[in-house]
Amino acid sequence: MIRIDSVTKRYPDGTVAVDRLSLDIPDRSITVLVGPSGCGKTTTLRMINRMVEPTEGTILLDGEDIRRQPVTALRRSMGYVIQNAGLFPHRTIVDNIATVPRMLGWGRRRARERAAELMERVGLDTSLAQRYPYQLSGGQQQRVGVARALAADPPVLLMDEPFSAVDPVVRKGLQDELLRIQEELGKTIVFVTHDIDEAVKLGTMVAVLRRGGRLAQYAPPAELLSAPADGFVEDFLGADRGIRRLSFFPSAALELTTDAVIPADAPAERIAASDARYLLVTDSDGRPLGWTEPGEPAAGGIRTDRLLPHGRPFVPGADSLRVALDCAVLSPTGWAVAVDDDGRVTGVVSQQTIAEAIRAAHAQGRTGKTEVAR
Amino acid sequence: MNVLDFAHAFFSDGAHWHGYDGIPQRLLEHVRYTLLALALAALIGLPVGLLTGHTGRGGNALAFIANAARALPSFGLLVLVVLLIGFGLLPVMIPLVVLAVPPILVTTYEAVRSVDPSPVDAARGMGMHESRILLQVELPVALPLILSGLRSAAIQIVSTATIAAYVSLGGLGRYIIDGLYQRDYEKVVGGATLVAVLALLTLAVFWAAGRFAVSPGVRRR
Ligand SMILES: Nc1ncnc2c1ncn2[C@@H]1O[C@H](COP(=O)(O)OP(=O)(O)O)[C@@H](O)[C@H]1O
Ligand SMILES: [Mg+2]
Repeated sequence: MIRIDSVTKRYPDGTVAVDRLSLDIPDRSITVLVGPSGCGKTTTLRMINRMVEPTEGTILLDGEDIRRQPVTALRRSMGYVIQNAGLFPHRTIVDNIATVPRMLGWGRRRARERAAELMERVGLDTSLAQRYPYQLSGGQQQRVGVARALAADPPVLLMDEPFSAVDPVVRKGLQDELLRIQEELGKTIVFVTHDIDEAVKLGTMVAVLRRGGRLAQYAPPAELLSAPADGFVEDFLGADRGIRRLSFFPSAALELTTDAVIPADAPAERIAASDARYLLVTDSDGRPLGWTEPGEPAAGGIRTDRLLPHGRPFVPGADSLRVALDCAVLSPTGWAVAVDDDGRVTGVVSQQTIAEAIRAAHAQGRTGKTEVAR
Repeated sequence: MNVLDFAHAFFSDGAHWHGYDGIPQRLLEHVRYTLLALALAALIGLPVGLLTGHTGRGGNALAFIANAARALPSFGLLVLVVLLIGFGLLPVMIPLVVLAVPPILVTTYEAVRSVDPSPVDAARGMGMHESRILLQVELPVALPLILSGLRSAAIQIVSTATIAAYVSLGGLGRYIIDGLYQRDYEKVVGGATLVAVLALLTLAVFWAAGRFAVSPGVRRR
């Protein structure tokens, strides 16, 4: 565990970047430091690997003051990833990644093998190994930065806005990749960002800092969204905090109905017999085709070219209530379509039913722990 | 007769191609003075430039000294040194080194200062020692600029090393000074041409050194 114990950083010009900050960072999980620009996130992070020395207070790593070991040894036990990746422009990708192993005295061959292994781990094609950084996209460079930080298998990973400089699509890919890697490796990660969505997505624990490096709230993301400590945190979380909170409620318990689901070749009597406002038509494999209104079936059955679009379906269990609600809101009929992993319809659910599930989840959230689903 | 005729006459005269006053001998002397002066200047300018560039301290003092050194006329300095310590190789080396140190020093300092701070920060953050950061990150990235500083120093030395002839030493300056004294313009033009050729050759050498020593990742091709 990393324990930040009433740490203050006053820069020589008098700026108090961090003010008596105390924070316990748990092992083998992602702890996010989030807050507006200039609130002292970078300073806090850099005090952990002693790139910045605290003015007051101590930082303990597994119970021992980080100043008790040589600074280079400390840093080599902590991977460090920065915003623009900071790759060495004169070294090939494989040599960039092999930097720390080489520093630790590994042979060139072993270090390169390790580097190739890491390229695969972070989702980089090994054919890029002999390229130079300038020949890679921003997202690829950032992956190399992560691989380089992981190369000597350090227990701790410090990441300072590593994904801020890439476009949203690439950023989402990098975030998913980080979560996947973390599942495999179980590092102690301290992750700095100014993006609350990123914090909520990645963090096991989220520390919200306010200007002057003071801690506003330290909580798991679901709790942050449900019970912001004060107005500052509430403002920082943004206007759609309630909607975003639904990301933490699973959709598995939603009651689906199959009454309104019919195959495209259903007999006209069955369609006429239905009292549903809309019917979801499926193909012979059970995949959704679109919505139709009963009552209008002409001779020759359902005109599949005249259906209303069914919109994006959700997967109960894998997707959160937020996704289910989104599907319902976007659906032309107000009903969300649920499918299994193979895309076959398992039922439909109305906005009303989803709203009831949200109320139930909130009630449960007040009494017990909510289950976290992403 | 125009300049080209002078040059042609000089180079086609077989007598100019051998002996102690022959072109190969003078060329060799000139190259030796140049290399020696460049090596001495680099020995001073590179380490000081690298260190001040790395730490970022002493930049102002450096600029002051470099400007002061630039203001010294090489020939005047030569005369002064000769008056002080007499004839020989040393009094020639002093003005040449004084001439060459500023471009090396200032460019090296600027080159290291202008290295993108991110890789340096990353290197430090991964526990690299300061000396390694300087030699294995900053130096290779700053190398193209550092080489350009060395190159302009070398070119200046090549043209200024002609002053060696004033203190009875050799080099291509011999042709120019003797030629002027003897009113032998073939010699003057020949010597000047050889200096120009040597300067071009120096450019070529540095171009090749750049190709060889600068990483393709820094050259970006
Ligand atoms: N080296 C420094 N000298 C003086 N002030 C600094 C220095 N580094 C950061 N600061 C100041 O400290 C505060 C916190 O900075 P920083 O930790 O970089 O914030 P963040 O990463 O949250 O944007 C800011 O007001 C910044 O201007
Ligand atoms: Mg920052």
